[in-house]
Amino acid sequence: MSLIVDNKSAVTQNLLEQLQKGSGKIAFIPDAEIISAIRHLENKGIPNNKHEDYKYCNIEAVLRKEFKSVEQSFNELTNADIAPLKLEEAINLVVVNGNYNESLSEKIIVKGLTVKSLKDISSSQKTLLSSQAKSDTDALIALNTAFSNNGLFLDMEKGNVIPMPIHVIYVNSGNTEIVVNTRNFIHIQANAEVTLVESFFNTGSSKVFSNFVSEKFVGENAKLNCFTFQNEGPLSYSVNTNQVKVNKYSTYSNTTTTLGGELVRNNHNVELAASNCEVHLNGLFITKGTQQVDNHTLIDHQMPNCESNELYKGIAKDKSVGTFNGKIFVRKDAQKTNAYQSSKNILMSDDATINTKPQLEIYADDVKCSHGTSTGKIDTEALFYLKARGIGEESARKLLLQAFAQELIDKIEIPSLQERVLHLFEKTL
Amino acid sequence: MISIKNLHASIGEKEILRGINLEVKAGEVHAIMGPNGSGKSTLSSVLAGREDYDVTEGEVTFNGKNLLDLSPEDRAREGLFLAFQYPVEIPGVSNINFLRTALNEIRAYHGQEEMPAKDFLALVKDKSKLVELDSKLASRSVNEGFSGGEKKRNEIFQMAMLNPKLAILDETDSGLDIDALRIVASGVNKLKSKDNATILITHYQRLLDYIVPDFVHILYKGRIVKSGGKELALELEAKGYDEIKKEFEIAD
Ligand SMILES: Nc1ncnc2c1ncn2[C@@H]1O[C@H](COP(=O)(O)OP(=O)(O)OP(=O)(O)O)[C@@H](O)[C@H]1O
Ligand SMILES: [Mg+2]
Repeated sequence: MSLIVDNKSAVTQNLLEQLQKGSGKIAFIPDAEIISAIRHLENKGIPNNKHEDYKYCNIEAVLRKEFKSVEQSFNELTNADIAPLKLEEAINLVVVNGNYNESLSEKIIVKGLTVKSLKDISSSQKTLLSSQAKSDTDALIALNTAFSNNGLFLDMEKGNVIPMPIHVIYVNSGNTEIVVNTRNFIHIQANAEVTLVESFFNTGSSKVFSNFVSEKFVGENAKLNCFTFQNEGPLSYSVNTNQVKVNKYSTYSNTTTTLGGELVRNNHNVELAASNCEVHLNGLFITKGTQQVDNHTLIDHQMPNCESNELYKGIAKDKSVGTFNGKIFVRKDAQKTNAYQSSKNILMSDDATINTKPQLEIYADDVKCSHGTSTGKIDTEALFYLKARGIGEESARKLLLQAFAQELIDKIEIPSLQERVLHLFEKTL
Repeated sequence: MISIKNLHASIGEKEILRGINLEVKAGEVHAIMGPNGSGKSTLSSVLAGREDYDVTEGEVTFNGKNLLDLSPEDRAREGLFLAFQYPVEIPGVSNINFLRTALNEIRAYHGQEEMPAKDFLALVKDKSKLVELDSKLASRSVNEGFSGGEKKRNEIFQMAMLNPKLAILDETDSGLDIDALRIVASGVNKLKSKDNATILITHYQRLLDYIVPDFVHILYKGRIVKSGGKELALELEAKGYDEIKKEFEIAD
């Protein structure tokens, strides 16, 4: 697949040709959806900074400047490549360049749990899928829908509680510039509980553009507890879209830690489509150099008696840019909604930038909503206090930044992941 | 121990210290008194190395070293300790972790190894007893949510942990109840030795009843305008600053 985006119609032309050739598209996305995705791409193009939602995250420029090659050469990976990325207390599954790799993955012996390559799902499994990621809402979803040819299918049957976390290791690796459009379906049936860790890496020597879309469905009274760990290197540009739908009495939570990646855009869209559900979105990033991290969240309260909580913190060093854009909808039927949002950031240099934009749209009258954002420098009074006790400048800064981040690090309930985050976090400070 | 000569310091355009001279020897206790705004906290901040102030003139020698050349952390490592008038709250940093880091960085500076965890905890236990600091406070975030008195006690607890050569206590007595004052003062007295020295900044004779100073200095408008023995404090307590103010107001 080539990706030439100087010219919108060239992209889509190319795609249409591929589609006609039937070159390995995922069977579960109906042709009609793919065609409509292509139409959207054709009309809207890849978003650049003129696009309101991508104001601080010019994907079009990235693709135009950084991804010119037509030929793509993907690397195969071995167990030795994967071993250091595993988490000891989890079942480690591996997705290489968008393809679920069973031989690198650990055996799953969990009652009720099915994990498969999307290519391999049965027709009855297909009926579980109803695409929630709509091409008309976001061009990157459209791009994924049009191009994606594989991904992961995970289904937890009714009433089963997972005894240990599932850890999906997404590794991209190419010899040339590569573009990976991974598509996931995570399906947690009623009364089931799953803890899912998703880690993102790039082990190749070339640039990667990863356009990841994960659709997550949390059934009635089910729990999905997610941890996202992003540590792709300086050659990585990625857009990660989580399209989540939660059902009655269910709980969905996600804590995303972003440490690596030249550009990381996270779109976290959660539809609270039934009453009495609970959603927690947390995020922590630390950026350096010219990194850009852009967290966009959309919490859509559609029904009554639900609660949502968002806590995002960021530390921007050097010339890096961090963005938090949090949209909350409380629709007119969503009475007795509790929705909280907080974004706190620390600028470590005069050249670093933080953009924050909370957006609340409330159409119900009996709701409790609050939001707050703050961006500041490190507390110089506290810094002086620490130094006056003999603590050097560098350790004093570290202590303060760690204290700032601790609240989020504490939310990473998986010890080996928490340790990994802490270690890298300290290294980056 | 410390020798301050003709120290001038300003913040922005405003000169606050206008030629301080003070000599403190090992084993001594000095009290500095003076009306609000006279520059007492500024003096202690400048000595501790707060960067907001510009030292425009003068010199300070601390145990043979040019103090003003040292970073705040190196001053502390050399044995200077300031008990803050307004201790800073640091949410998320535990008192214990903070003190362990401080202690070990000071030790590293002197080429000593890290203190073993067991010894450290024993020291914490021992020193918190000295100021009767609730052991729960030691594990909480630095000063966060501490009452005014608890913050002051925590300062002296830190002083006990770090065992400085020169301690400057900036109004450590203010905000303490009568019992706490006695506890803190007896803690300070226990830490006193012939090898260290203490500068007490205070407004009240009461503290000096417990910690008896060898010298009392009156700071007024950025200068030490009068020095004497412990009787000077008693005199001030009786008469207030009126006479001093009259005598020195021309210097403004
Ligand atoms: N950061 C600052 N900016 C402006 N003025 C300052 C600053 N710090 C101190 N000052 C001024 O310097 C003068 C001396 O202040 P300082 O805090 O040293 O007084 P003090 O003797 O400790 O008073 P108190 O007894 O009230 O504690 C005051 O007039 C104060 O307003
Ligand atoms: Mg003062």
